Amino acid sequence: MADRVAWLAGWVLLALVMVPVALMVTALWQQSADVLSVGFLLEDPGRAGRSGGIAALLISTGWILALCLLVAVPVGLGCALYLSESLPADSRRAQWLGGVLDMLAAVPSIVYGLFGYQFFAITLGLGFSILSGALALSLMVLPLMIRSAEQAMRAVPMGYRQARDALALSRWGWVRRILLPCAAPGIAVGIILSAGRALAETAVLLFTAGYVLRRPDSLFDSGRTLSVHIYDLAMNVPGGMPRAAATAVVLVALLVVLNLLVRRVLRQPMTEALV
Amino acid sequence: MITTSSLPLSDRLLTLVLRLCGVLAALVLGGIVVVLLVQALPFLINEGAGIWQSTWQPGQGEYGMAPMIAGSLFVSVLALVLAAPVAVLLAAWLRYFAPRLRRPVLAGVELMAGIPSVVYGLWGMLVLVPWINQWVPPGASWLAGSLVLGLMIVPLALLVTDAALGQLPLRYQRAGEALALSRVGMLRRVLLPRAAPGIVGGVVLQFGRALGETMAVLMVCGNVVQWPDSVFAPVRTLTANIALEMAYATGDHRVALFASGLLLIAVTGLLLMASWRLRGVSHG
Repeated sequence: MADRVAWLAGWVLLALVMVPVALMVTALWQQSADVLSVGFLLEDPGRAGRSGGIAALLISTGWILALCLLVAVPVGLGCALYLSESLPADSRRAQWLGGVLDMLAAVPSIVYGLFGYQFFAITLGLGFSILSGALALSLMVLPLMIRSAEQAMRAVPMGYRQARDALALSRWGWVRRILLPCAAPGIAVGIILSAGRALAETAVLLFTAGYVLRRPDSLFDSGRTLSVHIYDLAMNVPGGMPRAAATAVVLVALLVVLNLLVRRVLRQPMTEALV
Repeated sequence: MITTSSLPLSDRLLTLVLRLCGVLAALVLGGIVVVLLVQALPFLINEGAGIWQSTWQPGQGEYGMAPMIAGSLFVSVLALVLAAPVAVLLAAWLRYFAPRLRRPVLAGVELMAGIPSVVYGLWGMLVLVPWINQWVPPGASWLAGSLVLGLMIVPLALLVTDAALGQLPLRYQRAGEALALSRVGMLRRVLLPRAAPGIVGGVVLQFGRALGETMAVLMVCGNVVQWPDSVFAPVRTLTANIALEMAYATGDHRVALFASGLLLIAVTGLLLMASWRLRGVSHG
């Protein structure tokens, strides 16, 4: 009897989560139906975003994302290598660094925004620019990047390590020829996850990359990302709702594509990635 | 292992670069704390006590954050109260009652976890706030914030619970079956209590996330600095306050915002440590 009630209750719980999500999808779709078109992606916004499309924002978003990954991926890989190769998992230093990473992951994103504003925009004099936004963002995704790359590297079979020692391979040769190729799918997943996190972020960018709607001329120009655009249109621009919803649909579509990509990479067998 | 002296130059360089990367990660955390401290310390020393007052009037030099601290706590606590039971029970149900649904639902939930908080906020503004407004105006309220935050917490709390249950040894379940325990009884008496530290640790971490969440809360809570007299009253959280006022704040006002950022880090740091303790993770 109790089991049957539980069976029913589970469906109710599932509905409690799924119905709001379905409502969200339909609401976004309805709001954006009149606006969404190919032209929406190719036109620049006009009248503070009330007309036109999101081409300029796609460009700014692309630059910020690219720069963010350009910083976060090498540093993240380095730190992951340090954790997985130079330190035994149970050593004091590895645990301490792990704690620091957990802490970094727990710092609220608005605090990264405050730090980025003070340090990159003011102290380093980069101002409200794509560069300061991307740097602040790269710090925020760093823990995620490190953790996923580290996991991929630790998963490389012990036997390979023993073979390395038996053959007296150089460290660098081991990292370049065996470890990185073997861990490549996992690292790719880490990069994609970091890209997704960066695309979704708003609070970090409010006072670092700024609000400017124009296409950026250089990396020192302010540029608005898709997520900041959604916020600004919804909160500060009367009549901006349809275009906010349309931008949200584009952003969510991008993230769904990234998610599918992760699933694909994870399903791929290790040997295929080695070739 | 080879002796260190025989390492080629490229290897010694590699070791050095990797160590630098590790140091850099630690420097980021230190840098954030130091930058915020340097900004906020003089203010905290001079007017630190004023933070706990109730009046936030930066124009008049009054920087009482108590209503906003309370706002952050109220919104997050209610969100957790709504979301945690749903997430925990749903995870248990998927694992032990509907294993065939588990994979598709977890995949969907992972997707939910990736949806940006601005999009959750937008949904709140489009659907939730008008709906609450019909019922009890003005709609943008503590309740709206908690519902949106709750929906955002569910996916991660569910994944954490699922992982905690997955770590239980299979023999508990086998023993329960051998004793012909009902599945509900087994969950309530054996499996959930056993997994409780992991689950609670994960939920505590979600509480930290809820406290630090900015955009969704900013968009649906109404942002009035006040002690809410009901769940339908608008509130402003600490994070929303930073996002709203940083753009034009100067002088002490600006510094007060940095102080509130420091407070946020301190609280999320403490919650993280509590979560470590509960999950039995040791960090040096």
